This record gives sequence, structure tokens and C-alpha cells, in this order.
Amino acid sequence: MKDSTQVVELIPRLRRYARALVGERAAADDLVQDTLERALNKFHLWKRGTDLRAWLFTVMHNVHVNQVRGRREFLALDPEALELPVRAAHETSLEARDVERALLRLPVEQREVLLLVVLEDLSYEQAAAALGIPIGTVMSRLSRGREKLRALMEGLPGSGRLHVIK
Amino acid sequence: MSESSFTEADLQGYVDGRLPERRRAEVEAYLAAHAEEAARLASYRAQADRLRELYAPILDEAVPQRLALTALPRRSRIVRVAAALAWIAVGAAAGWQLHHVFASRTTATAETPIARTAAIAHVTYSPEVRHPVEVGADQESHLVAWLSKRLGAKVRAPNLESVGYGLVGGRLLPGESGPVAQFMYQCKQGTRVTLYLRTELPDHEETAFRYSDEGNVRVFYWVDRTFGYAVSSADIAKDALLKVANTAYAQLNP
Repeated sequence: MKDSTQVVELIPRLRRYARALVGERAAADDLVQDTLERALNKFHLWKRGTDLRAWLFTVMHNVHVNQVRGRREFLALDPEALELPVRAAHETSLEARDVERALLRLPVEQREVLLLVVLEDLSYEQAAAALGIPIGTVMSRLSRGREKLRALMEGLPGSGRLHVIK
Repeated sequence: MSESSFTEADLQGYVDGRLPERRRAEVEAYLAAHAEEAARLASYRAQADRLRELYAPILDEAVPQRLALTALPRRSRIVRVAAALAWIAVGAAAGWQLHHVFASRTTATAETPIARTAAIAHVTYSPEVRHPVEVGADQESHLVAWLSKRLGAKVRAPNLESVGYGLVGGRLLPGESGPVAQFMYQCKQGTRVTLYLRTELPDHEETAFRYSDEGNVRVFYWVDRTFGYAVSSADIAKDALLKVANTAYAQLNP
């Protein structure tokens, strides 16, 4: 019982990660809800004493792979058509918004690694476990993701049609 | 980075601040002599800062109720009834009004039981450090007037100072059949108790003072003519919470 209350306390973290991963608020919360449902159904699979948060990211990754990426081909047809989230007028810098635009244009495999490491502060080992990939793959995706994001931000070759808004 | 003795993984580890001290110093010495690499890694760090800045506000957003509801599993009905009966007995022994104790306890509405929605609201907002309430206790009369208007009935925030709890403030939440209100109280040690209240459907039945375990949240609740009330805590023992609930009950149902 106590453990499931811990799950409730982690919802803000799950929402933050999902929002960064998916971009759009309602879709992100749908992903969180599907993750919570699956996590509670599979709660016996969680090893007590291990990091519950890392396990929940594993569950979210699996849900995302199964449900959201089914639509990927459709999205890949025209990345420009991707509706980018409109943020309420709070104190987000223009630079930060550029990051968001660029982030959503990274391949999802690179985005996941980058967000788990940077945003959620998972260790490389935890990120590897959450995504079910070797740690070497985590490192190479992290490196490529960062470089691609930098290119997108700075309008370097390889950044496609993104216009950097100053 | 042609003559670098560092792997790309080392450099990524440097960006993330995850290298052992000695290795970190070696990377820094290397970067001092390689401006382009230094600029590349610096831009990765700036990227990380911006990502954290961009998404930080989401941690402070109110959790949508549908998500909180999904995450909190239902207790078995038998356990809940047993716990309620046990505490009705204690309540009776402590001098609870008997006609409330023996009031009908069949409330076959489609609504989620108040103890459960109250517990969810409690675990959602009581850990909040920055925004535990929407309107603070310093504007208590404004708060009470605002919540009364939104709930469509006169709301009161009981004074719980006699049992060591000061009003922090309140917030309005979406309920299944209209808005609900939550008042938050805090003791000197920082422990929080919430009073949750919702207006009941016109044909509702009044219920006695009851107890329910919702996950690790303890809830005392009752329903009068207008409102359902629930007093919740995850941090204090039942008997201490009973005292608080007793005080609130005495003021709200004189």
C-alpha cells in the first residue's frame, strides 16, 4: 500500500518526462495514465528496494514503444507538420523554447536517453536498464543526440529546415 | 579531438559531472588546450541547463485527478468496512453523537467514495512545498468567500489551533459532480492535515462519522445535509487525527 502511494508521489516526475518526450500535454498525460495502469497491473514485477522511479520509466518506455510509436511512420512523413506545444505565458526563455522545438525533432531513441540522463538524472546504468539497451548504446545515443540538438539549435548543416528563432 | 586520450564516453561523463575527481581534472587540462572541444562540451552543458529550466514548471503543476485516481488502488471493501466499524465504536466510546453513529450507512451513489477522493487530494497536495494552496490563510475571509461562491454553499474553515494545527490556506479542485474544496492545516513540526469538502447530490443520505484507510492515508469522514467532509493525514496516528477530526466536526456540525 505504501508503495503505491509512492507511485502517486512520482506522478509529477512522470508527467515532466512524458511532456518532454511527447511534446503535447494531453498526449503526455495519456502516456502517464497508460503507464500508471500498466505499472499497477505489473506491480509484482517491481523488485522491492530498487529504484521505483527507474522502474516506472521502464514501464513508460515499453508503453511508449507499443502504443505511441505505432504512429511514428505517419509522423515521420512531415516533421514540420508536427504540432509544437504552445506554452502558457510563463517565464520560459526564448532559448529554452528553441530547445523544445529542437528536442522534438531528435530521433526518439536519442531523445529518450538525453531526457533520462539530463532531465531525470538517471545514471547511465539505470538509463540502459530502463530502455533495455547496452550502456555503450546509451553513451553513443547520448553523444549523437547532444550533437544533433546542438546542430539544430545553431542551424548547422544537418539541422534540416528548422529556423532558429532568436 | 584527434590526439585525445579520452573516449567520447569520458567526455559525455564530464558533461554530466559523473567522472571521478582525477579523471575530471585530466579532462579539464585537455580542454584548456583544445578550445573547439571545450566549446562543444560547454554547449552541451548549456543545453542541459535549458532543458531543465524548460521542464521544471511541470513539477509544480497540479496533478490531473484522472492520473491520481489511476495510481491509487482500491482497498478491499471488507477491510474498509471493518476499519470503519472499529472506529465508529471508538467514536461512540469517545462520546460521538449516537444518532449519527446509527444513521443509515447505505450510500449507493455512483460517485467515488469521499474518503478516496479526499485521500487522493491529500497525497497530491500535502507534499507540495512551493504551492500547497491557491489562496493563503492571510486572506482567509477572501478564501472562504471564494470557495463558498464556487461550491454554491456557505463553506467554513474550522479553527484547529486548539489541537495544534494552523490554517495554511485552501484550493479549489475539480470533483466528479462539481468543484470541491480543500483546506490545508499544518502543525509546528510541519505535519499537514487536509480537510476536503464537497457538496453532495440532492438525494444523498447523511452518514455518521467514519474512518477509512486509503493506502497509507488515514481519513475520517462524514456527510451532513449539505456537504461531505473528510479529514486526511498520512503522517499522524489515528488517535491524533481523531482529535483533529473531532474538533473540526464539532465546529462544522454544532
